[in-house]
Amino acid sequence: MSFLDQDERLIDLSEKIDLVYSPIVDIKNFPEAVDVTLIEGAVGTDEQLNLLREAREHSRIIVSLGDCAVTGNATALRNTVGENNSDLVLKRSYVDNATIQPQIPKQVPRLLKQAYALHEIVKVDFYIPGCPPNADLINYMIMELVSGRIPNIDSKFKYG
Amino acid sequence: MSQKTVRLVIDGKEVHAAEDETILKVALENEIDIPTMCYLEGLSGLGGCRLCLVEAKGMSKLFPACTTPVSNGMEITTNSERLLKHRKKVIELLLSERTHICSVCVANGSCELQEMATRFGVDHVPVVRRWTGFELDMSHERFVIDRNRCILCTRCIRVCDEIEGVHTLDLKMRGKDAQVIMDLDEPWASSYSCTSCSKCSAVCPVGAIYIKGKSLAETKNRALPEFVFERRKR
Repeated sequence: MSFLDQDERLIDLSEKIDLVYSPIVDIKNFPEAVDVTLIEGAVGTDEQLNLLREAREHSRIIVSLGDCAVTGNATALRNTVGENNSDLVLKRSYVDNATIQPQIPKQVPRLLKQAYALHEIVKVDFYIPGCPPNADLINYMIMELVSGRIPNIDSKFKYG
Repeated sequence: MSQKTVRLVIDGKEVHAAEDETILKVALENEIDIPTMCYLEGLSGLGGCRLCLVEAKGMSKLFPACTTPVSNGMEITTNSERLLKHRKKVIELLLSERTHICSVCVANGSCELQEMATRFGVDHVPVVRRWTGFELDMSHERFVIDRNRCILCTRCIRVCDEIEGVHTLDLKMRGKDAQVIMDLDEPWASSYSCTSCSKCSAVCPVGAIYIKGKSLAETKNRALPEFVFERRKR
């Protein structure tokens, strides 16, 4: 949503970049060689973990987009109930609080024992903090990167 | 009895000060900005957060400006690459020590820790973070204490002791396990000495102590905790 908040600047942007992968494109596999990958969200499941590692392997630059990716944010609040909390939170969500068919789902990606920020798993090159992240900052970051410059977000961002 | 005056240099500016003043006080009087966190004018100095560390010429160690008295001929630097690096690290470590999630915090937008993180360019926390799960004490009819957000600046403890004069609040345990407690570690509601004055919530730099049902932006007058100055003048 914050990405779309770039509004009319998206038109300029679309002339400068090729969007090769996103959750809403048809391609199922992460492309071979990507210049810049923006990743949002914390790492909470094995599927996300694998995708992140794959993205790192095939991207020159990884940008952590938004507080969930940068800090774990609200999704990481489950970490406060203990180090190995996946069973606990699943039981709480799907059994204790369920009124119809209490059962832990089996057909979905497995929860990791904790939720992690991206840089706790792979090397991250740049960060766009904020909940929600600022559209101007997203635009600045991408424009600097496509122009071949190193972005410096000091004094442009707000923590958290 | 007349006070002795000393001369010193702060950031290349020659200044005069009374002998018993701290570096921070003299800097503030001369409009030199030194970042602080645990310091609050009107309360005793602690030197706990280390954000106000400054360099003194000829000394290799750094000094907390809020507790170090001035002396004649001192040459102080308040802003160097080295100090900025240390200040950034201080903020990163404070953010890593407990559960600091801005988006679910009452202080979001009016938090001094958040403000300092922004100021020193902390765009992520590069060290391993702890996730604390201390239980909230919501027993009091007006106040809540969430120790997961506490940075142990002890402003609340000092204001309770030095200004309100009741010393309800204090610390238990040490280091990373230290927690602010009421009386002999009782639920807030059963505290015998608490006067419900709300000064602790007014001086909390983060969202650890707050008034129920209100955001910090509504309840806190951070720029001017007047009650602190007023009581001190008497």
